[in-house]
This record gives sequence, C-alpha cells and structure tokens, in this order.
Amino acid sequence: MLRSIRNLILAALAALAPSLASAQVEVPFYYPVAVGGPITKIIDGLAAAFEKENPGIKLKPIYTGTYQDSITKALTAVKSGEPPVTSILLSTDMFTLIDEDAIVPFDDLIKTPEDQAWLKSFDPAFMENSQTGGKTWGIPFQRSTVVLYYNKELFREAGLDPNKPPQNWAEQVSYAQKLTKRDASGNVTTWGIQIPSSGFPYWLVQALAIQAGTNLMNSAGTQTYYDRPEVIEGLTYWVDLVNKYKVHPEGIVEWGTTPKDFFEKKVAMMWTTTGNLTNVRNNAKFDFGVAMLPAGKQRGSPTGGGNFYLFKKSTPAQRDAAFKFIKWVTTPGRAAQWGIDTGYVAVRPDAWETPAMKTYVAGFPAAAVARDQLPYAKAELSTHDNQRVTKALNDGLQAALTGTKTPEAAMKDAQREAERLLRSFR
Amino acid sequence: MTRTREWIYAWLLIAPAMILLVLFTHYPAVANLWHSFLSTPKGSRPAVWVGADNYVQLVEDPIFWQALQNNLWYALGTIPVSIAIALLMAVWVHGKIAGRGLLRLAYFTPTMLPMIAVANIWMFFYTPEYGLLEQVTKGLGFASHNWLGSKSPALASLMVVTVWKEAGFFMIFYLAALQSMSPSLAEAAAIEGASRWYFFRRITFPLLMPVTLFVLVNAVINAFRLVDHIVVMTRGGPDNATALLLYYIYEIGFRFWDSAYAAALTMVLLAILGLTALFQFFVLERRTHYQ
Repeated sequence: MLRSIRNLILAALAALAPSLASAQVEVPFYYPVAVGGPITKIIDGLAAAFEKENPGIKLKPIYTGTYQDSITKALTAVKSGEPPVTSILLSTDMFTLIDEDAIVPFDDLIKTPEDQAWLKSFDPAFMENSQTGGKTWGIPFQRSTVVLYYNKELFREAGLDPNKPPQNWAEQVSYAQKLTKRDASGNVTTWGIQIPSSGFPYWLVQALAIQAGTNLMNSAGTQTYYDRPEVIEGLTYWVDLVNKYKVHPEGIVEWGTTPKDFFEKKVAMMWTTTGNLTNVRNNAKFDFGVAMLPAGKQRGSPTGGGNFYLFKKSTPAQRDAAFKFIKWVTTPGRAAQWGIDTGYVAVRPDAWETPAMKTYVAGFPAAAVARDQLPYAKAELSTHDNQRVTKALNDGLQAALTGTKTPEAAMKDAQREAERLLRSFR
Repeated sequence: MTRTREWIYAWLLIAPAMILLVLFTHYPAVANLWHSFLSTPKGSRPAVWVGADNYVQLVEDPIFWQALQNNLWYALGTIPVSIAIALLMAVWVHGKIAGRGLLRLAYFTPTMLPMIAVANIWMFFYTPEYGLLEQVTKGLGFASHNWLGSKSPALASLMVVTVWKEAGFFMIFYLAALQSMSPSLAEAAAIEGASRWYFFRRITFPLLMPVTLFVLVNAVINAFRLVDHIVVMTRGGPDNATALLLYYIYEIGFRFWDSAYAAALTMVLLAILGLTALFQFFVLERRTHYQ
C-alpha cells in the first residue's frame, strides 16, 4: 500500500519534471549576499551565461543571506546529508569546514598544466587563506582588504594637503588631532579617526598587529600569537587614539554605522573594507580619498572575504561541473568585471591588465588602492575552532577598548583562552 | 464496556494535542538531556559518552556565569517595570477620556512591530553623535554617550527596548480584565466614599491578581526568550556585557557548532524556566484571589 502510494507520487513527479530524467548535471551553489547592490542579478546573469556555454550543466544559485547565515546553512545541510556542491563562504571558515569533514581539496581536480597555471594566477596574499597542509581547499572569488577613507574637504579646512593622506602611525595621530573639532563646551562635533570595533574587531586589530610586525596566527591554524608584544603595541595604539589623544570616539564603534558617520562628517578618516568603495562613492556628498593604511614598522592589512569551496558529498560529475564553473568565473576578464561591478578586489594580477579594468581605474583611481596594498597584505585570522578562538580575541579587544582591562592583560587572557581551545588540534 | 469506551474517547480527545506536545516539546527535551552527556560529533569522529564533562565545562565557563547574571539583571530590570507601566496604561486608557481608541492603539503598536525592525529603529535612537537620543541630550547640553558601545549602559539600554516592547502587550490583558470587572463595585465604593487610590489598592488590584500572575509567567518566559534585538543591536558585546543565556546558547550551538555543550546550557535554561513555572503555579497561585 505505502509503496504503491510512493511509486505513484514518484511517477507524478517524474511526469511533472521531465528535465530531471535527462542527463543534466545539477550543481546547487550557495551564495551569500554580503554587500549592497544588485548582486543577485549579477550572479544570475553569470549562471545563465555559463549554462548557455555548457548545456549539460544546470547551475542552481541559492542565496543564503549573510556569510554567517551561509556557513550555518551549509553545515546544517552537511549534517542532514544534503549539502550544496559548491559554495562561497568566508576564507576563514576553511579549518572549520575541514574539521567537519565537509569539503574536499581542489588538488584532485587540478590535472592539466593549464589548471596548474590557473591556480598559480591568483594573488599569493589571497592564497594564504586558501591553502593549508600543502593542499588547496578554497579558490578566491570575492576578496577585500582594509583601507583608509578620508574626507578631502575636512582635510582642506584643517589646513592639510588633501592629496597627502597619512603615511605612518605618527602622521595618522597628528592629522587626526588637527581634524578633531570641538564646540564651545568641549563636546566633539567631528572625530579625527574611527576604527570600527563591533562584531569583528579582530580584523581591524590584525591590521595594526601586522603593521607593528606580526600576524596573529600560524598557517597551520593551531597557534595564535595574541599576547606578542607587537599585537599589544598595535592595540595600545588604538586605545591611545581614544584615551590619550582623544581623537577617536569612546567605547565600541559600530561597524555598520561607520560609513554613515563618515557621510555625516562626524568623522574625518575611517578604516573599513574595500567592499564599501561603491557605497562611499554613491553616498559621500564631498570629495573623498582612499589610501593604504598608514604604516607602523611596515604597511599591512589582513585580507578578507569569500572563497569557493567544494563539498564532499557530491558525485564526481558534479564536482567536475562545479570546477568548470569556478575556472570559468575566475578568468581575468570576469574577475575584472566582477571587481568593477561590486567593489571587491580582483583576485588575480592579470585581471588588472585587462582593458576594461584599465579604463575603470583611469576614471576612478581609488579602485587601485586595494591592489597596491596587496603586496603588504597577510592572511586573515583563521584557526581550527575558528569562531571560538576569534571570539576570545574579540572579547579581549572590546574589554581593552571599553577600558575594563589594559591591552596587555586583555591580550594575555585572550591568548590563554585560545591556547586552551587549540590544544586538542596540535 | 461503556467505561472502556469512555477511556478511548478521552484518549482520542487528548491525542492531537498530546502528539504535538510529545513530538515537539517532550521528546526534544529528553533528547537534549541525552545529548548533553555526549561529546560533539565532528566530521569523522562520532559522539561518545562523556558523562558530566559538559556540565563541568559549564561550571568553569566564566561567560556562562556572566550570561546568567546578565539574564537575572535583565529579568529583574524589565519585569516589574513593564508590569507596572502596563497596569498604569491600562487604568489610564480604561477611563473615559477623549481619543482613547487612538491611545490604546498607540500603546499597543510596539507589540505589533516585528522585533528585528524594532531593534533597528532603536539602534538609530542609540547611535552616538546623531542618533535621536543624542540629538535630544546634546540639545540640552549634556555630553555625548555611546549607549550600546560602553559596558555599563549597554544592558540597561536593551532593557529599555524590552520594557517599551512588552508593556503594551501586557496592557491588553489588564484592559480586558478591567472591562470585565462589574461597575457595581466602583459604584458601591463611591457610595461608601472610598478614595480612588484606596479603591485601586483594595478592590481593583486584588481582583487583577490572576491577570498579574499570567502576565508574570509570560514576562519571566520572555525575559529568557527574547534575544532577537541582541542579535541586531549588540551581538552580546561589548565583551559579553549584553550576552543573555539564550543568545549564548545560540552562539555555542550555531556559530561554534559545539552542540553537546549547547545541550548542557539548554538544560540549565530549561531548569530555570521549569522552576519558575513551578513556583508561580504552586506558591503564587494560592495567594491569588479568583472571582
């Protein structure tokens, strides 16, 4: 009885969807919508163009919300046995996905010399977060770094040269002092500088740490360096902007409202992602500049953003089809167009040499700042048990910035907690 | 024979509700208890029996204790205030005043708005420099505050949102009870020459006790249940100052994927809510006057 009902339903479904019976390879593809703009339209367009060239493949983009929602959905799908074939997820999720046994490395699919040349074409800064243990687990797609945006009008008013953004930490402080405006009763009306600290302050302090001379972790993802003197130096610099120089707002500065503060001229210089470039270009009603982050001992910024991953529970045909798409969508021409359309950094150096990109940069030089900063960029913080190890640092940073702990004590506590969490992975 | 039939009849009547409850409430609770004694399965490593390990971890986890403490303050701060305001508003809009329909609607609006939208609106209120609150306090000449971004006022700022959201909802219950109250009581009191305060204290308030109890149960549950605005406004920060128990459970379960430890934390939440329910039904119930 039950079986006959089931057969009936299956027969009905088969009749309704004749395409299922054909030899098409279906490739479900999770895509997180992380920036504003008509991004889903662009992805749909890419998928349609790819299907046209490859009639045997049916690419199914599934829009899965924020990065955070997407990893949650992907891992839930893995646990229920129905994961996507490929997905864009944060490059920092690599160790989590490996530990959950959810993904496969790309190495088995890279067979021909052309494939090897393709793999080598990506910017090495982006590959740091995509490879571990000699294997490639992620392919860079929509990547970003931290840059400095500044208000040229306010620079002029403060007597600064609007074409000379601060080049080092000392200049950044002295400029910020000149740019900070107070009213008659001493209340600040415009802050000199703002570095957001809600949600993921680790990303911003990482820039300061790299500038001071160290990154926050090893490449195997088993060791963090939160309490190294350079990290404490970077954090102290940040805390000093608030308490000593009083050129940076107190407490936790919201990531999401920082661009708005900048548009409202409540802040003259802000640190935020290159992904905000299009947003700032459309909304800033004044002349603005984009610059590399000022140098401490050296220049530096972490990379950020999303990679392609391949999920384990898929057929070889599906993996081949997904791989084909990933190669197709990361050709120099498409990488360049993607960067122009979204504001993400084009992931391979030869994309910057394409005519389309050259025209774009000539008309909008700010777009090239991220590229110029890439040689100084390092891998974003990513370890095993990533979210938890990162939370230990975030909590410590917020404690230091709100004044409940000294930078040194906060980083020592964070490191102790990270040690405890990472012990079992060594 | 009839007796058996009655039994079958009774069970059939109970069955639909019973099945739903067992499936979606009782079974998950028991399964959760079982999972709290296992380790978290990771990739190829299956879950193994670890006894009370998760609970030991819980006792040693400072963030858990902070979340619990935050939650107690949150409950203490929001429940009495929102109930008092609800009662006040109900008595106010129960009276014969001009435009009371609009007034009732105005008080009830916060309840109808989705929490995520509410949180985004309040985020604008609290924004430093140009938020609504800042514009008012600055206009009055006070210094600027970062309400959500400093440790001490962050939790209190969230409490205000909750009170604002909850009070209107509770008001509806009080209003319904006030309207079902016989007007002869008020008339009798007026003839006896009782003052309005005396009437409220000795007649209205005691008669509203069943409603107060109901509202109290709801308020306690909500104090442990409402976390949507935390996700939007602070994500538990700064430095866990606004981490509430349920938000922490979500974080452990769906950001850190430590489902076993999340199960242990859930048992604590279940125990707290179970005990409150027991206390309210068996202790407070006896002191409540029903009509």
